[in-house]
Order: sequence, then structure tokens, then C-alpha cells
Amino acid sequence: MEGFGFSVLKERHINYDANDKSIAEYIAEREPSFRTCIECGCCSATCTTGAFTNFSLRELQILLKRGENEIAREQISKCMLCGKCILVCPRGVNTRNVILLAREAFRKLMKNEV
Amino acid sequence: MKFDPFVIPFNIGLFFILIYAVVRSIIWFRALSRPDKLRLQRGFFGRPFGQSLKEIFLESLIHRKIFKTNFLLGYMHMSLAFGWFLLILFGTIEADIFGDSHLNPPYKAIFFKYFNPVHGMTGIEAAYSFLMDLILAFILSGLLLAVIKRFYSRVVGMRKTTKLKTLDRIALTSLWMIFPSRLLAESFTSGAYGSGSFLTGSLGSSLASFLPAIEMAYPFWWLYSISLGTFFILLPLTRYMHIPTELFLIFARNSGIRTGDQPGAFMEMQIYSCSSCGICIDACQLNFSAGITNIQSAYLMKGLRNAEDVRDIASNCLMCGRCDIKCPVGIELTPVRMIARRSGDSEAGSKNGIWKKYFPERHPVAPEKQSHEPAYGWLPEAKVPKADVLYYAGCMTHLTPAVKNAMVKILDASGVNYDFIDRDGGVCCGRPLMLAGQDREARELINYNSQLIWKSGATTLVTSCPICYKVFRESYYLNVEVLHHTQFIRRLILKGSIRLSFLRKKVSYHTPSELGRRSGIYDDPKLVLMHVARFQKTGFDDENSLCCGGSLGNTRISHDQKNKIALDAVHELTKADPDILATACPLCKKTFAGVSDTPVADIAEIVAEALSLPVPPAGRKGKKILKHRETANID
Repeated sequence: MEGFGFSVLKERHINYDANDKSIAEYIAEREPSFRTCIECGCCSATCTTGAFTNFSLRELQILLKRGENEIAREQISKCMLCGKCILVCPRGVNTRNVILLAREAFRKLMKNEV
Repeated sequence: MKFDPFVIPFNIGLFFILIYAVVRSIIWFRALSRPDKLRLQRGFFGRPFGQSLKEIFLESLIHRKIFKTNFLLGYMHMSLAFGWFLLILFGTIEADIFGDSHLNPPYKAIFFKYFNPVHGMTGIEAAYSFLMDLILAFILSGLLLAVIKRFYSRVVGMRKTTKLKTLDRIALTSLWMIFPSRLLAESFTSGAYGSGSFLTGSLGSSLASFLPAIEMAYPFWWLYSISLGTFFILLPLTRYMHIPTELFLIFARNSGIRTGDQPGAFMEMQIYSCSSCGICIDACQLNFSAGITNIQSAYLMKGLRNAEDVRDIASNCLMCGRCDIKCPVGIELTPVRMIARRSGDSEAGSKNGIWKKYFPERHPVAPEKQSHEPAYGWLPEAKVPKADVLYYAGCMTHLTPAVKNAMVKILDASGVNYDFIDRDGGVCCGRPLMLAGQDREARELINYNSQLIWKSGATTLVTSCPICYKVFRESYYLNVEVLHHTQFIRRLILKGSIRLSFLRKKVSYHTPSELGRRSGIYDDPKLVLMHVARFQKTGFDDENSLCCGGSLGNTRISHDQKNKIALDAVHELTKADPDILATACPLCKKTFAGVSDTPVADIAEIVAEALSLPVPPAGRKGKKILKHRETANID
């Protein structure tokens, strides 16, 4: 492609082979609605935590599905579980359980149980 | 005749269960905290003692509360419990009066007929035999119901198989065998000697007409004794442990002991007091609306008793508290469930060996191991101006801006010196985290909000969301009065701070679970509604109110299941065809609004609407009108 004058920005490179998608699989297995997310961002728009920090559930969904877990792990503890995102979600994703499961998965990952 | 070898199984069982009950009581008593021990001692030697005896008679024997819910179920429980009690009581008296000596060993009373086969032929003896037969018939009628119920329940799939399935089944079979074998044993003996009353006598003589009665009687006496012995020995491993435990529980509860939020001896007593009667299953909306039939409190108790992994069961619950209210034993089901939610990744099912089953470890719930880094280091610095009244809308109210705007309008009109502390979005109250079992994280938010409130110097905190209301009132250490907005509005009306006109609309009120059953606020919202509109009853008022389905208590159910619950609830609540379905919780409003054809509004919105209309003519003070309407509307 580069020969034709097209290139991909360096920061947009995603190496799926190197990334670990076990967390996303762990969540999707236990909360199937995780897969139905269309990353519309309604959850981020209404987020209580998002009003104070750069926390974004939409971003988390994308990161987890790509397997870029490091940023997700740092961000995930910021959520206060207030549940507004569930009520605005047009796809009926059980977002609170997604957060709880992600936390559980990270905890288990540290013990190599995932 | 003084003795026969067939009484040995019964004697072993009886002495085993008596010793076991004493040992277990001592273990539980020693495991209580020091204040609880003092409470129990004071309760045992004080006035609560009488109350406890009364409660034991009414609930453990008569089963009054089950009667109130379901007559047949109540009759079944009563005939087995009260009937068996009467049989033992009158049997002991019978053996004492008519037997050959006083103060007999228990087996003399239980097997009276075997040792006194010719008793009960004439006069008072015959009348007494009639009484004993009547009691036996009473028990057998209940047993027949129990057998029918068991197979009918299996058909509808209400019972879940457990690890102790075989043991439960053996115990159940032995319980079922006790009374029919007694009937046959007594009948054969009566038939052989020509004694017995209307039941044993007539059955006995008809059986004796074609069977060798004396030879037939002896095996049935053995069967009767073995059934009793087996039942007693298996009792601690099965749900029948509720029989002795409930007595202890009633004494402990009447002495003022409560579950609180820590696992311990009292929680264990409650777990063992559950008889799996199934009333909680019928009360549960997850059962009758969403079709989830394996997570109800009876199953939670069963799981905890058998040391299974109950985290899935514990998390899949709306925490609406309908089962709490309905439980005939009065077990604090929701606090127990909260404790189970807080348990960490514990190794469940580690209890092997028969000894561990009879004497399980202190509590099956292991607290989660947590790191001690703060989870919410990002919280901004708490800044708030001085004010008398603080209005905290809460996350959910920000999602239903109409409620927030209505409250601002009412607060402005009332002229109180208030500050809207989360006008531009605030920090969560902490209850959603608590409901998910994350108390340590919740504490960080609680501390943050507490600082905010302390700094403002306010005396009153008004919340629009019952979820916040409950946590502010119960888990915060504040020197302010916490009010839900319905309480606050009622006060404003009574003080005459706001004057409202009457809307010519029919209004049905949905009691939010968090505000009603969980916080005990039933009357204020209704009285405010009666003041501004035509109030209608729904059939699901007060303690019997429904859950909207949107509850933050449940982290497991799907969007569709929530919708089903909401649809069913709206259907029930709008049967009287109201113009408005009123509620007092932004979460209920949001949940209902999506599925209801009837407009859904918060009480604050209705009051704000009444506020905007022309003020009633001078002289008709709000206070007077409210007083008048309150007296007119209260039944």
C-alpha cells in the first residue's frame, strides 16, 4: 500500500497477534450483551465519573476488544457503578456487570487464573 | 411389659438429637459477640421471654403467617408441627396417667399402644383414645397434602437438586414413614386386642379380619421406631434443622440481636431456620415475571447451608425486599444476601467428611482480600457554599432532568436558603457500589460526600433518589436531617411555604422498593399526592409494592428480563386506568417511562405543575386543606 502513496499512522497500528484478548473473552462469556455494544458512546456521554476524569466506557470497550489491556486496567477502577450507562444504552448492554467482570478478570489475571 | 428391642433405634435418635441441639446451641452462643451475648441473657430472663414463647406457639406451631399467605400451605405446616406436638404432649400425659408408672422414659409414651394394648376400651380411656386418634388423623391429613404438594411442585420444577440430595430424600422419606407406620402399628395391635378408637380401632378390626394382626403389628412397630430414629439422626444435615434452630432464633431475635453487616452466629442461625417453604419463591418478581427460578432466598439459604458457591445466586436479585416481608420465619433475607455478595473468591464446597457436615465451620462466607490503595484518587476537592438546606439530586435524577427542574422550581418557590450541591454533576452516593458488595470503595465516596456536607454547615439534606436517601441515612455519619423530597414537600405544604392548586387528574402511586420496604417511607408520598390530585389505590400498595425492574441491586439480569418485569408491574399498576402513574424515584420513572402507555411522573413534577397554576383564593391556607384532605382520605 505504501508503494501507492497510502500509509497508516504509526499510532493506529494494532498488532492483534501480540494483544491478549483473554479479558474480553472472559467478559463476553459471562455477559453476552458485551458483544452487542456498537461503541456509540452514550454511556460515556452520561457518565458520572466522566464529568470529572477522562474515564470513558466506550474507550474501555474498544480497548478490551482489541486486547490492549494495560490502559483498560488503569481506567477500570475509576467507575463508581452508579448505573446511568445501563439506562441510556440503546443496545441493552449490562454495563455494570461488564465493569465488575473486567475487574474480576484483571484480579484473576494477576493470579494467572484466566 | 417394660421394654422391647424395637425401641432402640428411636432411643438412639432421640438422645442423639437432644445432645446435638444442646452442643450446637452452646457453639452458637459462644460465637455471638459480647454485646449480643448480654442481649440474649437479658432477653432470656426478661420480658422478651414471654414474647418469645408466644411467638413460638403462634409461628412455630400454628404457623399463623403461612396461614395468612396460603391457607392450604398453612394447614399442611400446622397439622405436621402442631399435630406432632399435641401427639407428644397428650401421649406423655396418657402414658403418665394410664401407664403402669409415672415419669416414664419417652419411648413409653411414643409406643404406648404397644406396651398397653388393651387400653382404651371404656369410659374416659376410650374418650382419650378418641382424642389420640383424632390428632393422628389430623397429622395424616397434613401429610397427604405434603405428598401431593411435593409431586405437584416437581412437575412445575420448583425444587432444585442439591449436593445433599440423597440425604434430603432419605430424611423426607423417613418423615413421611413415621405417621403411616404408627397408624398401621397401632391398628394391627388394636385389631388383635379389639381396642382402639374410630381410626386405629376400625382400621385394625378390618385388617385383623383377614390378616394375622399380632404377627403383622411387630414389624410396623420396628418400622415406626426406625423412621423416627433415622429422621432424628439426619435432621442436622437437612432442611429439617429449622425445627430446633427456629426456637433459638426467636429467642435471639426477641432479645434484640440483628444480622447487621457481618457474618456470624446469628446469620448462621437464620440460614438454618429456613424451612424452604417456598413463600419467597412465589413473592419474587424474578420468578413470576422474568422466569428465573433458581435464585430465590430459599435457594440462597440452601446453598449457604450446604457451603456451595452462592455468588451467582447472591448477585442475581433485585434486592426489592418482597421476600423479606413475606418470610414466615422472619429471616433477614436481604442482609444475609448482602453479606453473601461481599464474599470473595472463596473456595466453596471444601467441606468434606461427615463430621464437617454436622459441625460446619463458623460461617461459609469468606471476606474478600482487598488491596488498600484508594480506588478514587481522582475525586475533586470538596467545595461548597454555606446553606441551610442542601439539595442532592443524585446520578439518576440527572438522567431524568424533569425531576431535577421540578425540585428547583419548588425550592425556589418555597423561599428556603438552599444549595444544589450536584448542580453540575456530583459524586455518586456509594450505594450502587455497596449493592455490588464493594463496601471499601463505597466508603471512599461516602467520606468525600460527607466532607462536602459538613463543610456546608447545612441542617437538612434533601435527596430526590431513594437509593441515595437510604445510604445517606444509614451509612453516613452526618449531623444533618436527611429527607427524601416527598417528605420535604409535605413539610413545605404543612408549613404553608408553598401553596398548591388541585389537579383534576387520577393518579396511581408506585411505591419504590428503596423508599418503601427498604426505608419505611410509605405515607409522605401518598399524602402529598392526595393534596394535589385524585389518589387511586393499585392493589400493590405499601409493603406489597412491586419492583420496577430497573433495580441497581441486580447485576446479572438482561435488558429483556428487566423489561418484562417493568411491563408486568406497569400492567398491574395501571389497572385502575389513572391519568398519571406517579412514583418517587428517578430510576423507577426512567424504567417505567420506556414501557408504559400511561404517562409516568415523579411526585415532584406533579407538585411543580400544581405550583404553576393560579394560587387558590386567599384564606384557604394550604395547611388547612392538607389537614382536611388527610383526614378525609386516610382509611
